[in-house]
Amino acid sequence: MESVGNIVMYFIIAIAIIVFSVLTVTSRRILRTATYLLFVLFATAGIYFQLGYEFLGAVQIAVYAGGIMVLFVFAILLTHKPGDKAEPLTSQKKALGLTAAVLGVAACSYALVSFAVNACGSAADSLELDMARLGQMLMGTEKYQYLLPFEAISVLLLACIIGGIVVARKK
Amino acid sequence: MEPSILCYLIPSLIMFGCGVYGFITRRNMLAILISLELMLNAVDINFVVFNRFLYPGEFEGMFFTLFAIALAAAETALVIAIIINIFRMAKNLDISEISKMKF
Repeated sequence: MESVGNIVMYFIIAIAIIVFSVLTVTSRRILRTATYLLFVLFATAGIYFQLGYEFLGAVQIAVYAGGIMVLFVFAILLTHKPGDKAEPLTSQKKALGLTAAVLGVAACSYALVSFAVNACGSAADSLELDMARLGQMLMGTEKYQYLLPFEAISVLLLACIIGGIVVARKK
Repeated sequence: MEPSILCYLIPSLIMFGCGVYGFITRRNMLAILISLELMLNAVDINFVVFNRFLYPGEFEGMFFTLFAIALAAAETALVIAIIINIFRMAKNLDISEISKMKF
């Protein structure tokens, strides 16, 4: 019974990802583009939850769907009038984009299919990651522990705050 | 039947393809940034899926995604600051009209 629910959930997430990704790059109103991106980010968080990475799903929702989307919406409302539409694409540019995307996807899917024939793991035997262990891994200095990147990220965020203020400040 | 590794990689592949298409065809800077986020997100999914299916006892892919999300947040904040600054000078965000570095 739980397995059926799992599969139904999977199909909802996969279809949402595919449909909203296509809408994100084809919609001509920029605010709608941002809204479709928000749905894609939520579906991605759904994948993380389904694979058992609850912490990662929470971070995805809080940072991406919360923080980054607010930044996008602010920037869009600051720079566009509501109802602004992008002009239609020239067919040459459209052909160029379609060629690049389809070629890339075809090459990757060929590699994927030939790879997946001889490597099929299963998510069923997954390990539970509890918060105590995650905290120790994030704060430790031994092998497979991540204190140094954690501190580097914090310095990067500080530099980013200062940089953002300097760049966007009124002269 | 549980969803296999391929079932997760194909939506992420399509997401990445959409990102490439948008990155090439869009002319608005913010829309290009949004396409970039799509591609970044697809790569994040790949890290997590490979971690879960191929190395289920370890968590390197998960931590990689965690740090990638933090990097994406920093990058987006800085790029949006730059874009708003450009808008203040040039009064629009069309990449074909912004070709000079300073006036």
